[in-house]
Amino acid sequence: MKDLYLVYKNLTRKKLRLFLTSFAIFIAFLIFGAVTALQGALNSGVEMSADNRLVVFNKINFTQSLPYAYVNKVSGIDGVKDVTFANWFGGYYQEPANQVVTMAVDPDTYFDVYEELQVDTQQKANWLQNQAGVMVGERLATVNNWKIGDRIPISSNIFSNKDGGQTWDLVVEGIFTGKDPQVDTGYMVFHYKYFMETQSWGGDYVGWIVLTTDDPAINEQVAKAIDENFANSQAETDTSTEKAFNKAFIEQIGNIGLIIFGVVFMAFFTILVLVGNTMVLAIRERTSEIAVLKTLGFSSPRIFRMILTESCLLAFLGGLLGLGAAYLAVGALSKMMARFLPNLVLGEDIILQALGYMLLLGLITGIAPAYRALRLNIITAFARG
Amino acid sequence: MSDDNLFELKAVAKRFKKGKETISIFDDLNMHIKRGDFLAIMGPSGSGKTTLLNLLGGVDQPTSGEVSFDGARIDSLSEGQLATWRANNIGFIFQFYNLMPMLNAAKNVELPLLLTNLSGKERQQRVETALKLVGLADRAKHMPSEMSGGQLQRVAIARAVVSDPKLLLCDEPTGDLDRNTADEILEMLQLLNREFGKTIVMVTHDPAAARYATHTLHLDKGQFVDKDEPVLQEKSA
Repeated sequence: MKDLYLVYKNLTRKKLRLFLTSFAIFIAFLIFGAVTALQGALNSGVEMSADNRLVVFNKINFTQSLPYAYVNKVSGIDGVKDVTFANWFGGYYQEPANQVVTMAVDPDTYFDVYEELQVDTQQKANWLQNQAGVMVGERLATVNNWKIGDRIPISSNIFSNKDGGQTWDLVVEGIFTGKDPQVDTGYMVFHYKYFMETQSWGGDYVGWIVLTTDDPAINEQVAKAIDENFANSQAETDTSTEKAFNKAFIEQIGNIGLIIFGVVFMAFFTILVLVGNTMVLAIRERTSEIAVLKTLGFSSPRIFRMILTESCLLAFLGGLLGLGAAYLAVGALSKMMARFLPNLVLGEDIILQALGYMLLLGLITGIAPAYRALRLNIITAFARG
Repeated sequence: MSDDNLFELKAVAKRFKKGKETISIFDDLNMHIKRGDFLAIMGPSGSGKTTLLNLLGGVDQPTSGEVSFDGARIDSLSEGQLATWRANNIGFIFQFYNLMPMLNAAKNVELPLLLTNLSGKERQQRVETALKLVGLADRAKHMPSEMSGGQLQRVAIARAVVSDPKLLLCDEPTGDLDRNTADEILEMLQLLNREFGKTIVMVTHDPAAARYATHTLHLDKGQFVDKDEPVLQEKSA
């Protein structure tokens, strides 16, 4: 028998109280894990944005297009490294409910600008040769069980094909992956030229332009130069960093960060009060036992450590179970919502953060009763009975 | 201090502050306890019996005076040093047993051994020996809630002796027991004193219990009266 055994026996002596307290902690960490993963998924676009990547949209709003000629003009601006462009397609697979994020892009430059995407050289070469070819993100391919060589009919709820239909027959020529699990691979890209040649509206425009700068330090200067270049033109531009654009886009839904902070704060505050109160009561009930241990020769610091260990064990018991449940729940939700929240994962950073909170919860809720035990006077304790 | 003396108190005073008032429990208390003594301390409520026991057990410090154990002063030790001293030298037996309700008999007995460097196997052997000594070897796995008062006190005695302390301090050890069970417990204490040479100090209200001791001291208003009255070696019929 060691101190840890004593701690364990004390922790488990009142089974119902242990269950209720750890269940409350379980719920708090379930909420924390799930909600933080959701926040991560919503913010993943912001997090994964390259520091030196800028996006150029029509100043009216991002649904308005830009003249194709802008692409070359942007390339010529000082400080611009690589330039590509894309057009929203608005695709779905087989039925409208089955949305597939699809963009028509410049195949020669797209993957140069998005360096976080990994493409097999041979697959890319095949894609460049086949106008009707499509590069599919790994996550999207997994969800739909698509393989290289598959012919997939993708329909658009915006554009019509020249043959009168709304469906494009595309061939999977490659599957691109992310250098990091958080990189979004839940979409696909096909040839801009092919799209323009086959869609009924025609035109010479692009949805938006994406570029990288030579150095993130000159982002502002380059953005200003681009917007000034197109000032008073038929389509004025609004250039910002990709990070800022993604952040602004997410914030249209509301201040997600604040909402999530509120939910997590309330959950933890409630738990802090509840577990703290439980620990105080539990130790108060054991006043005479603590006095006996001290009488037998257990030092006050040793008893202090034992009580802190107990409160930390309690926090980790409920916390780990809650985090485990959150992991399973996020895993299940991730499969169900792969199309809408492709980056919904409970990653290592969330796990480490949760472990830190468990430790903090254990220490905060245990410190008061542990200190009380530390200061407990044997004679006074026995006199109280 | 004579080599025969295990404990010696010199000019010990103990005073408490209660609001603006100072209450004096002892003032110039002197006593010694010889090795191998079985000393009973009797006296009315408020006479200072428990305070004296607390001083002897190192759970309280005198306001002034000297308390020496085995030739060394303990009145100036820190709280931490006193805890170690208690673990090494004193076995405690309480009126209400004070066993840990969530531990079985063997684990309760093992508690003081957690403060030693003994291995798990050695601790287990000592626990078995102690429980055998008090006649509860077959109850090792029983929880306190499954045992009678007499059995609980025997477990408490096993816990007190398991680390082989020089002194056993008993605070009303039979105060919660019926006469027959009390006699069994007292006989056990007498056995520990006679056969194993344990020095025992027992506070009691019960004259019948005091008859098991080799000496009885009466405390009244913080002073010993009729010191060193005749030794009662044998239990009266």
